[in-house]
Amino acid sequence: MRRYSGFALVREAMRGHKGWGQQWSSPEPKKEYDVIIVGAGGHGLATAYYLAKEHGITNIAVLEKGWLGGGNTGRNTTIIRSNYLYDESAGLYDHAVKLWENLSQDLNYNVMYSPRGVMMLAHNVHDVQVFKRHIHANRLNGVDNEWLTPEAAKEYCPPLNISQSARYPVMGAALQRRGGTARHDAVAWGYARAASDRGVHVIQNCEVTGVRRGGNGQVTGVETSRGFIGAKKVGVVAAGHTSVIMEMADVRMPLESFPLQALVSEPVKPCFPCVVMSNTVHAYISQSDKGELVIGAGTDQYTSYSQTGGLHIIQHTLDAICEMFPMFTRMKMLRSWGGIVDVTPDRSPIIAKTPVSGLYVNCGWGTGGFKATPGSGHVFAHTIANDNPHRINTAYTIERFNSGRLIDEAAAAAVAH
Amino acid sequence: MLLIHCPYCEEERPEMEFRHAGEAHLERPKNIAEISDEAFAAYFFYRDNPKGVVFERWRHLHGCARFFNAARDTVSDKFLTTYKAGQPKPDLVGAANMNIPAKSGKSGK
Repeated sequence: MRRYSGFALVREAMRGHKGWGQQWSSPEPKKEYDVIIVGAGGHGLATAYYLAKEHGITNIAVLEKGWLGGGNTGRNTTIIRSNYLYDESAGLYDHAVKLWENLSQDLNYNVMYSPRGVMMLAHNVHDVQVFKRHIHANRLNGVDNEWLTPEAAKEYCPPLNISQSARYPVMGAALQRRGGTARHDAVAWGYARAASDRGVHVIQNCEVTGVRRGGNGQVTGVETSRGFIGAKKVGVVAAGHTSVIMEMADVRMPLESFPLQALVSEPVKPCFPCVVMSNTVHAYISQSDKGELVIGAGTDQYTSYSQTGGLHIIQHTLDAICEMFPMFTRMKMLRSWGGIVDVTPDRSPIIAKTPVSGLYVNCGWGTGGFKATPGSGHVFAHTIANDNPHRINTAYTIERFNSGRLIDEAAAAAVAH
Repeated sequence: MLLIHCPYCEEERPEMEFRHAGEAHLERPKNIAEISDEAFAAYFFYRDNPKGVVFERWRHLHGCARFFNAARDTVSDKFLTTYKAGQPKPDLVGAANMNIPAKSGKSGK
């Protein structure tokens, strides 16, 4: 792999940029691998990367139905934060934030991680109490989060409307300064390049159509659109399609798949300094480095695999954006799209072994998986390599739905998050 | 937005009037206090989540307020049919031939 550096940039500039080469190879699938990862999104590629880097397993294939990073990795609003209520969540998401901080150096790829601060608005007394509870819980867990008055919130984010005449006036905000955004495509590309450099095969346009199991029930490989590929271990990281893949191995999941939409505006000059989220009026907004406002809407109410959702969902979000940021009322929206998110009953992910020997699953990230990409891949790689969970994902089993020991961020956040 | 045919109002109405209410034909075990944790989880948490035809409950919240069931294709989001609560799963091949108002699809795109 050619290392990227200032020096390399100058050298290539002198040579007309003809020497960069491919960022990752596209090999033909081998007959058998030690580990197959199903799904080349951020989480899947990160899993392969950490398996190769930290566990010395390099005979890995990452199989992707479409193109690399073309699912939810390329469809989200790129928000990164770790101010979750429960200890298990704080552990997992803050593990990810710590990895985000050095990810560009680690991958030798600029993922444009920008800790510009994530501000969550409180619009009623309940919000105020819940956010303050979050702040105290976060601080006990060593996760930064602080309370801002409406005036302080406006100082941090000048476009914010804190007038008492707003339909849902801002009563304060919780700010996580280490939160922010990253460039979603670069995350997929950076992991693919770094994994490929360590010998991982990233195989695109290769749809998994079946999971083959031996006489003792052990996984022996997967059927794909490019033929059978053997594997000792299979890790499913298929986001919205997890139920479909797992059914091929006769495992029923506590998951439902919903469309989640996002949209971007026309690009404008830098005007929006941070990320603002409001659960109550349901809007998420930040400005990309390209200048577009990136806006996240809610899920549709029905399950679907259509990668598209209802227009009224977007409209509802834009109503809220215009109310909170009156200066955006005349912005034109450029594009909108939908992704399919797999949601668990407690809105926390599953990163675990399954009842099938040799089969592992990393799913249930719902509407907020991007932020966890490095941490998720890191602990899932540990789980696959050791056939045992990492300390951080011990609680994220499927069996928690039998025991009732949920990680109930659904109730904590009051919305899908 | 979906257009949904309410089998009670016998009218096709916009999705805004309805609430989705999860997978249909899930029967609450009568001896719920005695069943195992696994059996309870299977009833309460585990779902088919099919890519294809799903049988699901809807409630015509801002209309007749009654629950009914629907068969919908989760790839195209088209309704194959809707039917009253308590009725058995419909024969979908039959439904396709019965000229049931199954045109409901996406609008507002």
